[in-house]
Amino acid sequence: MKRADGRKADELRPVTIKVGVIPNANGSAMVAMGKTIAVAAVYGPRYLHPRFKQKYEKALLNTVYMMVPFSTNERVRPGPSRRSHEICKVTREALEGVVCLEEYPKAVVDVYINIIQANAGTRTAGINAASVALADAGISMKDLVASAAAGKIGDEYVLDLAGKEEEETDCDVPVAYVPGQDKISLLQMDGKLPPEDVEKVIRTAIEGCKQMYEKQKAALRERWVQKG
Amino acid sequence: MPELKTTRSITKITKRVRHQEQGEKKAKGMPELLKNEKDFVVPGEKIVESMDYIPGRNCFRDGNAIRSKKIGVVSVAGRVISIIPLNGTYAPKVGDMILGEVIDIQSNGWVVDIGIAHSAYLPLSGIREFIDTTRTQLSSVYNIGDLIYSKISNLNGPDSIHLSMDDVRCRKLRGGRVLDINAAKVPRLIGREGSMIRMIKDKTRCNICVGQNGIIWMDGENQDIALEAIGEIERQPQQDGLTDKIAAMLDSRVKPLQTQTMVTNSTAAEKPSPTGPEPEVAGE
Repeated sequence: MKRADGRKADELRPVTIKVGVIPNANGSAMVAMGKTIAVAAVYGPRYLHPRFKQKYEKALLNTVYMMVPFSTNERVRPGPSRRSHEICKVTREALEGVVCLEEYPKAVVDVYINIIQANAGTRTAGINAASVALADAGISMKDLVASAAAGKIGDEYVLDLAGKEEEETDCDVPVAYVPGQDKISLLQMDGKLPPEDVEKVIRTAIEGCKQMYEKQKAALRERWVQKG
Repeated sequence: MPELKTTRSITKITKRVRHQEQGEKKAKGMPELLKNEKDFVVPGEKIVESMDYIPGRNCFRDGNAIRSKKIGVVSVAGRVISIIPLNGTYAPKVGDMILGEVIDIQSNGWVVDIGIAHSAYLPLSGIREFIDTTRTQLSSVYNIGDLIYSKISNLNGPDSIHLSMDDVRCRKLRGGRVLDINAAKVPRLIGREGSMIRMIKDKTRCNICVGQNGIIWMDGENQDIALEAIGEIERQPQQDGLTDKIAAMLDSRVKPLQTQTMVTNSTAAEKPSPTGPEPEVAGE
């Protein structure tokens, strides 16, 4: 089967990752998956104000996901929405497991994710960018988190749905994967899928995550290892 | 009974030392590292798959493996594997000299902002002179806004940092200017046994005080040139021949002033007829 953009079923969109794009942040990254572009900035660990939000034994991971107004054809109303609120939560939960928050008690690690261009798969791009930005900020982490979505179009399991494919597919399953521990830290599903297909779709997504992980590592290396 | 206990613990320690020595000698027979010394690693990357090695700073054990916690460079000391981080906020260590600003005065000491998530505490017992709190106000010793160069005397978890002024280098800093650099780059700025910072100080004749927490204070001549040198080190800390490059930069920038003073000194001492640049020096 050929896809709308000529990709194979198990192929990611072209991925570019740039690390250290925001000089004022402690760590930052831009991840472009095809036409979807996410920019993540990490600040901290820093003092958490107000104090009642401080946790005695660990840091707070504060993730803010936002689509900038010009990111889609139809203007996105700025400010928190039901959708962005949900994505903030799942992103935080996808990352919380790998960040060694207990090393920074009472502090906060702020992660700001901005989607500057959206063309399906923004939460996966956001998680990929946030994970690289956290590593770039020099925050203690057990592993990087890689993320990709998969779905089923016709009889085929397709990786990394883009644009109109999101409407064609029976389901959209974003997965965040922790490669070193072989664990899943985010699993959502939109649509319908027979039970026997669930595992296959997840496996397709994990394969994509593994490819993504290699690209994240390469991007960090490019940023921090001197050339020549 | 207590004596017996002491002897036992001493034998234990000697045994452990001997064991460590053997470990270092046997290093060749140890399992091969997946990442060698000075290799770049990202969080979660496996460094070795063996129980013969011990995870040190910024590493953790995962099953049999040792993995990195940060982006950094692998460092192996005997059996201990650690990661030297390339970025990150300052992680306090006992004995570090740090620069901080007094932000609050409490009944028994001062709260000091050291540029990280948690403020440090300088108790009255940490300063050298005796202060009678019934007669003297603490603000007359260190007031809010004062910049102090002090030592970390005690750490009780990452959020309880105690300072002391019980070191000859500790003092209150007056005047001058303060700048922040990335704490992960401070070791580069200081150089091996202080070589880099000593060179900058000598060549610029600028008075510089570097805190391990990345806060730097400077006062005196050629501040802008010293600032430029520090900026260059912060921007490209890993490049080869950095010391030589900085030395060359400082020599070319600072030279005129230096030769002028030197010429006047030597001419005054040796030759009765002074040459060219003396009037300029007098002008300054």
